[in-house]
Amino acid sequence: MLLLLWTVVYPNAAVIVGSFENGLEHWREFAASPADREALRTSLVISVASVLASLAIGVPLAFLLGRFEFPGRRLLRAVATLPAALPPLVGVIAFLFLYGESGLVTRALQRALGMAEAPWRLRGVSAIVFVHAYTMYVYVFLFVSAGLERFDATLDEAASGLGASTWQRLRRVTLPLLMPAVAGSMLLVFMNALGSFSAPYVFGGGLRVLSTQILASKINGAMGLAYVETTVLALSAVAGLLLFRWIDRKRKYTLAGKGGRTRRVIRSRKAQILTTALAALIVITLVLPHLMVILVSFARDGVWTTQVLPPEYTLENYRRLFSEPELWRPITPTACRWRSSLPPQTSLSVFWPRI
Amino acid sequence: MTAAPSARSGNDGALALSGITRRFGDYTAVDDISFEVARGELLALVGASGSGKTTTLRIAAGYEVPDAGSVSLGGTDITTVPPERRGFGMVFQHYALFPHMPVAHNVAFGLEARGINKTERLQRARDALAAVGLRDAGERAIQSLSGGEQQRVALARAMVIEPRALLLDEPLSNLDPTLRQTMRDDLRAMLRRVGVPALFVTHDQEDAFAISDRIALLRLGKLLQCGTPEELYHRPASREVAAFIGRGTILPAVDKGETASVTIGDVTTEIPVARADGAAARIEHSFVVLRPDALRLTGQEDPRGWKGRILNRRFAGGAVMYRVQLAGDVIVEVESASGTAREGDAVAVSPTGERAPLVPR
Repeated sequence: MLLLLWTVVYPNAAVIVGSFENGLEHWREFAASPADREALRTSLVISVASVLASLAIGVPLAFLLGRFEFPGRRLLRAVATLPAALPPLVGVIAFLFLYGESGLVTRALQRALGMAEAPWRLRGVSAIVFVHAYTMYVYVFLFVSAGLERFDATLDEAASGLGASTWQRLRRVTLPLLMPAVAGSMLLVFMNALGSFSAPYVFGGGLRVLSTQILASKINGAMGLAYVETTVLALSAVAGLLLFRWIDRKRKYTLAGKGGRTRRVIRSRKAQILTTALAALIVITLVLPHLMVILVSFARDGVWTTQVLPPEYTLENYRRLFSEPELWRPITPTACRWRSSLPPQTSLSVFWPRI
Repeated sequence: MTAAPSARSGNDGALALSGITRRFGDYTAVDDISFEVARGELLALVGASGSGKTTTLRIAAGYEVPDAGSVSLGGTDITTVPPERRGFGMVFQHYALFPHMPVAHNVAFGLEARGINKTERLQRARDALAAVGLRDAGERAIQSLSGGEQQRVALARAMVIEPRALLLDEPLSNLDPTLRQTMRDDLRAMLRRVGVPALFVTHDQEDAFAISDRIALLRLGKLLQCGTPEELYHRPASREVAAFIGRGTILPAVDKGETASVTIGDVTTEIPVARADGAAARIEHSFVVLRPDALRLTGQEDPRGWKGRILNRRFAGGAVMYRVQLAGDVIVEVESASGTAREGDAVAVSPTGERAPLVPR
C-alpha cells in the first residue's frame, strides 16, 4: 500500500499539482499554443489509427493460428508473440533498417523496379501508425487468441446447425462473444500508442505529438507546460479507459466454455501446405524487423552503404561491446532502474519516453 | 437447398444412415452402423460412454463426415452437406444457448439466418416459446433460466425453423431427477407433434424406454440391436444386449425350442423362452435371462424350485425386490408382490411361466 502511494500516487499527484503551480497560467499557455493543440489532435488520431491497424493484423492472425490446425502452427504462434518481448525502440530501429529510405526492403524494391528514388519515405502519421501496428498487434493477437481458446465450440456448431453461414456466425456469435477480449486489447494498444515516444521521435519528421512535446517543453525549461502536457496525456488515456468500460458495460455473461474441439483440422495436403505457407509468410513479415536487428549487429561498420544487404559480416561489434567498458554505461542504469528513484517529472511513466 | 427431400415413396422424409464408419487415428469410433428413422418416429441411440452414439449423432447432423457409408434424407444423399444447409434442428447436451442474446433472439436465430424479417421471426419465436410452455420468457436473459427452462428454449430454437429432422444429444441429462420424469412425457409429446424423424442420444435406458419408439443399442462402435423397447427387453439378440437392457441374471441353458432347461445346483427346471427375430431355431451354446418379474418365491418344499437364502430385501414401491443366493454361487433377483419373506430366510425360487429371453453366447 505504501509502495503504491510512493510509486504511483505521489508522482502523479506531483505532476498534476505542478501543472497548477502558477494557477491556471500553464493551462492557458497550453490552450493558446497551436503546437500543443495540434500535438493533442495528432496523438489521438495516431492512437485511434494504431488501434484499428492492430485489429486488422491481430484479429485475422489470431483466427488463422487459433481456429485451424496445420503443420507448424505451434511454432508460428510462438514466433508471432515475439514482438511483445522486445523494447519498442528496438522495433523502431529495426524499421529504419528495413523500410527506411536506405532500408533493406526499400532498396530491394527500388532495385527491382529500377526506380531512381526510394518508393516511399518512412515519415509522418502513416509511418508512425505502420510501426505501431507492427509492434502492437501482439496485444490484439494475444487477447483474441486467449478468447478463442476459451470459446465454447458448441455455440458455433449450434449456430451453423441453425443455418447460419460462416459470415453470419462470425458477426452474430463469435465476434460479439470475443468483444471483451477485443475491447481489452484495443485499450492496451490505445494507451501504448498514446504514450509511444520512440516511433514519433524517429519517424515524426517534425510532427508534433504529446509525448515529444513533453520532452521539448522540458528541454526548453518550461517545466510547468511539460506538467500540463503530461496531465493532458494522462487525461486522454483515462478518457480512453472510460470509453472502453462504457462499450463493455452491457455484458452480463462470461465465456465459461471448456473450449476444445475448436480447431478445424485442415486435411487436404494442398490446403495444408498453402495454409502453413501463408501463416509463415505473415508471421515472418511481422518478425522481420526483429531479425533485422540481429543481422545488422553483425554488419561491419562503415561498409554498408548502397547495397541491399550488408556486404560484410563480423563479430567486431560484439568484440567492441565486451572490450570497451564505456559502451556499457547506458545499459547499467536501464537494468537497475527503479521508478521511485526518479524525480517526479518522469512519472506517469507509462507515457514517459521509454528509451 | 441442395438436400431437398425427394417425393420418392417408402422413405418419404426418412433419415437413413447406412454403413457409417468413422475412425479417429487407429481408433474406430463408429463401425459400420446402419439404421433408418421414419417421419414422426423417435429413435434413441443408447450405449455406455465410448459406444459411438454421440459421434453417430454428429455424423447425422453433419458436424462429422464419415470415413465410409452415407447419410440420406428422403432418399437424397446428404453425407457431405454441411450442417448449415441440412435444415436439421439440434439440441445440444449443454443446450449451447447464445449467452449474449435474450431468449427470444436465441429462438429466432435460425429464422434470422434464413433472412426472415424481424417482426415475423420474433412472432414465430413467441409462438415456439408458447408451444414449450414459456410464453412470457422472451425478454429474459439466458443466465436467468433454470436448467429445465434452458432445455425448453433449446427445443423451441430447434423446432421454430421447421426442421426436416430433430437431433438431440442427451436432452435430459442436465435435469434433476424429478424434473426429468415429467420432461420425458413432455418431450415425447412435443417431438411427436413436430412429425419429423427424431434421433436422440442417451446413456439412460429409462429415458430411452420412456421417449422412444425404437432403440438402437450401441457398444464399442457397433450396433448390437435395433428395435422397439419391448423387443430389446423381451427378445434381445445377444448376451450383450440382455446384459445392458433391464435387470436379470444370465445363466447357461439347454435350448429345447419352446423351452430351455436350466440347472442350478442339482435342480433342473424347464422355462418357456422367447428368442430374437432371426435367431437360430436351436441355439447351441444358449443362455437364458432370468428377469426379476419372471421369477417368484415359493416354499422350501417346492420340488421344481431352486433352493436358496435371501441376501437382501428392498422395498421398491409396488413390489419388493429380493436378492437370493442359490446353489453354485448363483445370485438372482426376484420381484414379489407380498414381500413377507425376510433377509436370511431359506426359500425356493421358481419361474412364473412367463417367457424368458434366450440368447446365443
